[in-house]
Amino acid sequence: MNTRRADRLCFWLFAGPALAGFLAFSLWPMLYSLWLSFCQYEVIAPPRFIGVQNYVYLFLHDPSFWASVRVTLAFTVVQVPLALIAALAFALLLHQPVKARGFWRALYFLPAILPQAAYAVIFGYIFQGDGGLLNQLLALGGIEGKAWTMSAGWALPVLIMMSLWAFGYPMVIFLAGLQAVPRELFEAAHIDGAGAWARFRHITLPLISPVILFNLVMGVIAALKVFDLAYAFSITQNIPPGGPARATLFYGLNLYQQAFGFFHMGLASAMAWLLFLFIMVVTAINFRISRRWVHYEN
Amino acid sequence: MHRRHPAVTFCLYALLIAGALVMVLPLGWMVLTSLKTYPEILRHPPAWLPADPQWENYRTVWDGFAYYRFFLNSCFVSGMIIAGTLLTCCPAAYAFAFCEVRHKELFFALLLSTLMLPAQVTVIPLFQAFATLGWVDTYLPLIVPAWLGGNVFGIFLLRQFFRTIPKSFIEAARMDGASEWTILWRLIVPMSLPAVLTVVVFTFLWSWNDLFNPLIYLQSEELVTLPVGLLYFIARAEQLTGGSIGQQPWHLVMTLATVMVLPVIAVFVFVQRRFIEGVAAGGVKG
Repeated sequence: MNTRRADRLCFWLFAGPALAGFLAFSLWPMLYSLWLSFCQYEVIAPPRFIGVQNYVYLFLHDPSFWASVRVTLAFTVVQVPLALIAALAFALLLHQPVKARGFWRALYFLPAILPQAAYAVIFGYIFQGDGGLLNQLLALGGIEGKAWTMSAGWALPVLIMMSLWAFGYPMVIFLAGLQAVPRELFEAAHIDGAGAWARFRHITLPLISPVILFNLVMGVIAALKVFDLAYAFSITQNIPPGGPARATLFYGLNLYQQAFGFFHMGLASAMAWLLFLFIMVVTAINFRISRRWVHYEN
Repeated sequence: MHRRHPAVTFCLYALLIAGALVMVLPLGWMVLTSLKTYPEILRHPPAWLPADPQWENYRTVWDGFAYYRFFLNSCFVSGMIIAGTLLTCCPAAYAFAFCEVRHKELFFALLLSTLMLPAQVTVIPLFQAFATLGWVDTYLPLIVPAWLGGNVFGIFLLRQFFRTIPKSFIEAARMDGASEWTILWRLIVPMSLPAVLTVVVFTFLWSWNDLFNPLIYLQSEELVTLPVGLLYFIARAEQLTGGSIGQQPWHLVMTLATVMVLPVIAVFVFVQRRFIEGVAAGGVKG
């Protein structure tokens, strides 16, 4: 009794809710926010079309926009490579024949799944100038600490450092990539007299380059969207969101402030679309450049 | 393979242990701090270890600050989101894996493309729509999207797994007169438990840890979930202590943070092997 009609009925009944959700919660809001980005909309009055003025304002007149772009790019450019290097280093370590590998892997993975808000609070306390753990440890070595979290120069490095604990996802993906590298290649290279570095550089790296690309793309997208960490950090430190002196004004945080702090909904929509376009362009560039360094089998 | 030199083995384990210590240090400091007294927090330098572990702190925040409320709210929201995700993502994945209709791949590609869409793009129209419906300051904006297949990644993961099941199984069940609904829940889902479990865990982590959505949609203090509740408490304590973060009741803040983090660790301990393998498989194949 299985006709094509039965198949169609089944498809629409089963996938219907998800497709309705796609229309209601993705497609419609996406198009509507594109329209809003060309409007002045401050909630109290209906949206009013103003052309590209939001975009012009952001690019030419809004100092917080460029501040947040700088903070986010600086974070991305520093944090993503460091996190990938840490992830690869620990994946290589765990790839060695060690006892209880599953236990170590779980332990290193754990911080990646804990709430970022909790991390911001814990690290806010550790890095706090007045009685924080870090300054106590430094004092043991005779070094006088700083008010790290209150310093415009140090707040962003502190946030980068706390986000480095969460390298679990790229690490387990690297580990799976390493396990897929055929052992015979190493044994052959060993017999040919290749040293550890040469084997890593000329066998391991090319063979895991597809997972490096995957981790790079995912890491960059996540870094460009940071919100929870930065918002919770500001609250913990009792400073205005993005402080001190806009040093931690991440793009996502700035957008949230514009939309839900100041109700500049049209302007915030323009920011959201710029973020979306930027993510797509960066991802496309990543894939384009990857042709030069990613090595695929066959 | 050649044998390893003992010195190399020693270095390997030394590195592993040192790394592990660094990884758990923040959590350890959180738990230690949660067991201290207020004078121990204020002391300069603060006490390393609590002289007498103050388990009372947990009762203080649980009852005294109605923290059980935030905890139950988080449980309710996460539970509803997981239930909705399972009930709508499993059928959708089944439809995309086994039903033959025209343009199926196109629909699937459209659905997957939303993974690229940052939440910031959709949040403003959605907030406005939910406000018009009178849903702001209720759980509906958090829960309803999950009941309409909101977890696209889950649909993807389940479909990939379902597709590895031979179609002959389904055809045999159809011959026996089983409905598609029965086939899905009695045959396909039980055969795909590792994938289903991975989706449940992902959904739990995502909803339990989420700060952005509850922050936007929930306003009443008796409704907020743990991450927002934690920040409410910190902001309130800052007012009480005159804004000096050195005076913060960090022992109570860390007690709250521990209550928020512990369920995640507990879930992880039970499912870690399957879950990590699910993550790894998704990354290597994807």
